[in-house]
Parts: sequence; C-alpha cells; structure tokens
Amino acid sequence: MEDLLNKAETQEYFINMGPQHPSTHGVLRLMLTLDGEIIKKVEPHLGYIHRSIEKMSEKDSYYQMVHLTDRMDYLSCHINNEAVCLAIEKGLQLEIPDRVKYIRTIISELTRLSSHQLWWGVMGMDLGAITTFLYGFRDREMITDIFEETCGARLTMNYNVPGGLMFDIHPNFQKRTKDFIKHFKKKLPEYDELLSGNIIFTERTKDIGYLSKEDAISYGVTGPSGRGSGFACDVRKRIPYSAYDKVEFKEIIYTEGDSFARYKVRMDEMKESLYIIEQLIDNIPEGDFKAKTKAVIKLPDGEYYQRVETARGELGVYIISDNKKNPYRVKYRSPGFSNLSALDTMARGGKIADLVAMMSTLDLVIPDIDR
Amino acid sequence: MNNEELKQKINTLTDKAEFSEEGSEFLNVIIPPEALHSLASSLKFDNDTKFDFLFCLSGVDWITHLMTVYHLTSTELKHTLVLKVKIHDRENPEVDTVCDLWRTAEFHEREVYDLFGIKFRNHPDLRRILLDDDWKGFPLRKDYKDEVNIVEF
Repeated sequence: MEDLLNKAETQEYFINMGPQHPSTHGVLRLMLTLDGEIIKKVEPHLGYIHRSIEKMSEKDSYYQMVHLTDRMDYLSCHINNEAVCLAIEKGLQLEIPDRVKYIRTIISELTRLSSHQLWWGVMGMDLGAITTFLYGFRDREMITDIFEETCGARLTMNYNVPGGLMFDIHPNFQKRTKDFIKHFKKKLPEYDELLSGNIIFTERTKDIGYLSKEDAISYGVTGPSGRGSGFACDVRKRIPYSAYDKVEFKEIIYTEGDSFARYKVRMDEMKESLYIIEQLIDNIPEGDFKAKTKAVIKLPDGEYYQRVETARGELGVYIISDNKKNPYRVKYRSPGFSNLSALDTMARGGKIADLVAMMSTLDLVIPDIDR
Repeated sequence: MNNEELKQKINTLTDKAEFSEEGSEFLNVIIPPEALHSLASSLKFDNDTKFDFLFCLSGVDWITHLMTVYHLTSTELKHTLVLKVKIHDRENPEVDTVCDLWRTAEFHEREVYDLFGIKFRNHPDLRRILLDDDWKGFPLRKDYKDEVNIVEF
C-alpha cells in the first residue's frame, strides 16, 4: 500500500469558492488551485459589487459624498463617515467643538464593538458553532438600538456631517450606553468560555494561516489582522484623531501571526473599546454639536489625506481639490482590499477547510473591498 | 528624518526630483517615470529612509498628464513621503511596477490599470481587477464617456 501511494501521481485541479459561498460573507470569488486538499494558490476575483464610489464622489458635493461611504464598510459606517468629514475639516481648517470629538469617538468605539461582535458570531458559525451567532447578535442588538435612538438608523447611520454631527445625542444615550457596558462586561467572559478555550476551535486556528510581520507590512495588512502579526499599525495610537489623544488604551499586539492571534486581538480590542467609552461617556463637554459651515463647501486647492482606524484596519481618504464645489479626485484606501491581497500567502500549503477560518480572521467585508 | 533632510537625501539618490510642500501635509517628490523604480528601491532599502509601508497607491488624471501617487511611510523611522510620477503619454502610459518592493502594490496597480489605463511594466499579473475583462475604456479618466451607465445631472 505504501508503495502504491508513493507511485501514485496526483494532479492539480481548480475549484471555485464563491461568488455565492456562505463563508465569503458576500460576493467574492476565490479560484483555488488544489492538490488533493492542499492549497497551492488562491486567486481572488473581485468587483462583483463595484459601484465606483470614487467616480460618483467626483460629481457630488462635499456634503453628499459623505453618505456614500456608509456603503463601503457597512459595519464601520460611522468611522468611514468620520474619515471623510475629518479630511474635509482638515481642508477647511475648521475648529471642531470638543463635544463633537467626544461623541464621535464614543460612537466609533460602539461601532467597532458591534462590528467585532458580528465578526465573532459569524466566525464561530463558519467553524460550525451556531450558538456564537446567536450570542453575538443578541448583544449587538443593544448597540444598534442605541444607534437607532440617537442617529435614526441602525446600520448606515449617516450621523456625521462636515463640521460636526447631524443632531445632538438623544437624552437616553449616556444611560443606555452605560447599561450596555455593564451588560457586555458580564457577557465577554462567556464569549471566551465558548470559543477561546474550546479545543475544536483552537485546533482549527492555532498555527494556521501564518503571516509574518514583514509580509504584513509589505502587503499593507492593517487593523487587527496586521496586529496579530506584530505590526503596530493602530492609527488611533500613531496619528490620534478626534478624542483618542485624551483617552488611555492599550494597542493590542500579538506576534504569533496565526489565525488564533488575529482572533485574540479582536477579543482584547473589545475590552479596550469598552474602557475607552467608559472614560468618555460621563465627560462629554457641553457645547454645540456642529461647527458653522457654509451651505456650499469649497476646499482650497491642494490635497488632503486622512487616516482612521476602522474595525478592519486603516482607511485612507485622499481628496484632491481644485477649489470647486465637488472634489477633483477622491481615493479610498480601503483596509479590506489590502488585507485580502495577503490571503494567497497565508493560505498556500494549508488545507482547504482552514481557508474558511483564515478568511474569517481577516474579517472581510466585500463592499469595502470592491467599493 | 524631517522634510529638509529627506530632500537632501533624495537629491543624492536622483537628480530628476522636484519637490513641493504646497497644498499638502506631506513632502511631495515629483519624478519622471524612468526614475521611479531605482528611487523607490533606494528609499526602501536605504538605512536612513527605510520606507517599508506603502499605505496608498492611487492614480490621478490631470488632463495634461496622468499621475501615479505613492504614499510611503516608515514603520521604524516614522517619516512619511509622497512620490508622484508624471506620465505625459496619455495614449500609452507606462511606468515600472513597484510590487517587487511592496507586495500590496500588486492589487493596487491592477486597480490603477483598471480605472486609468496606466500600464505597469514587469507586473506579474496585470489584468482588470474590479471591472469586467471586456470593459471598454477607463472610467476614472476625465474624458471617459459612458452614456449607458452614467446619468448626468
């Protein structure tokens, strides 16, 4: 038998994973070159939901273009809006009230939490644990309810406008946020109990999907995925914006570079997010919720670059202005696009079943990649 | 390194660079296409610069010329720089690839090729990435006309 196996010739073959595959969480097609169940090559085919937001923004006014960014990374919609608003405010050299900065930071962190909760639920489900999905969505519901009350929407919130916020926070906002923190602090250990220590889960994530620090930097893998490889890329620490310079928090870094490290970064980040919100929630300064802006914004000639940390990594907004009421060119450097490019390196030599876990820990959101 | 030191350093590496800090928060270095690859590789490997993180690669259509823009930063030395390559040939724009230096460029260059039609020499797999393979024209160019899909107001 042994002899026979050694003599047997194997043949490489292709499999299409997606565009309609449950674990791609959207319409992404991966062309896999396989030898048995060993992955030889992963070739992503993207663009199924490309809407050319960059081209549309060239026709829009600066007020309008903010709202298109909700539709990129819909799980970090508030942070995307914030990035564009910060870039425009940078161009206008506008002084933003402290109240706006605090509220923006709190809601950004709530957004990050809800994104991570959804990621955690879905990651468990990808690996066959249906309970995590229910747990994750149960707790995420509390955050979306807070958003609904304050912003009027649950997912694409459109809460930011250049200069500040659409409207002031709801009177219940602080109380409900504190209730949520109290609730979620009790639930987080449950999350750990269910997955982090689970033997099936750890066997399927530890030492799998390895990405070295050099590769992470070279591929521009940022966010929790980059920090799982030891790349200190947190924009909130490197180039603080909004109220991040006023709060204390740790930049979570793991150096293992495997799927489990990326998982752990997000789990620890949830604790840090709670800590950030706790520091700010009782100290929101009084004042206006919006700085005065003109009805038509014209940015001075030049170019403006703003980086923020979304739940998936570094989002860059690059605006080139020629002093007209709409931008000359807008470029969104979306985190998912760069993170996906490293998938081939991570997956080579691994098993096809582990690819699902690798994609889960990269936390891909397809509209963010396709824009 | 601060911007002044960076300027001096780049002047020792190439004599074709123009500098500008106007209207931008970073130091802008404008170079012709033929100078790109050697300058980029020195910037990455030189111990004084160590630009190891290409955090944004974009194309711009300036009507008189096309431009590729490279936002670079060093994770160790913390300085940032913007490389801009002016390409005057609109019919057949070509520039060297940098994906042998920063692998993130592989996807980003495909995107620029897809939307601006700028070709990257020595790119391992230069195909359209977001649009269909049989798409005609390059949508982010300013002279692009598409009467079917784009509604003008």
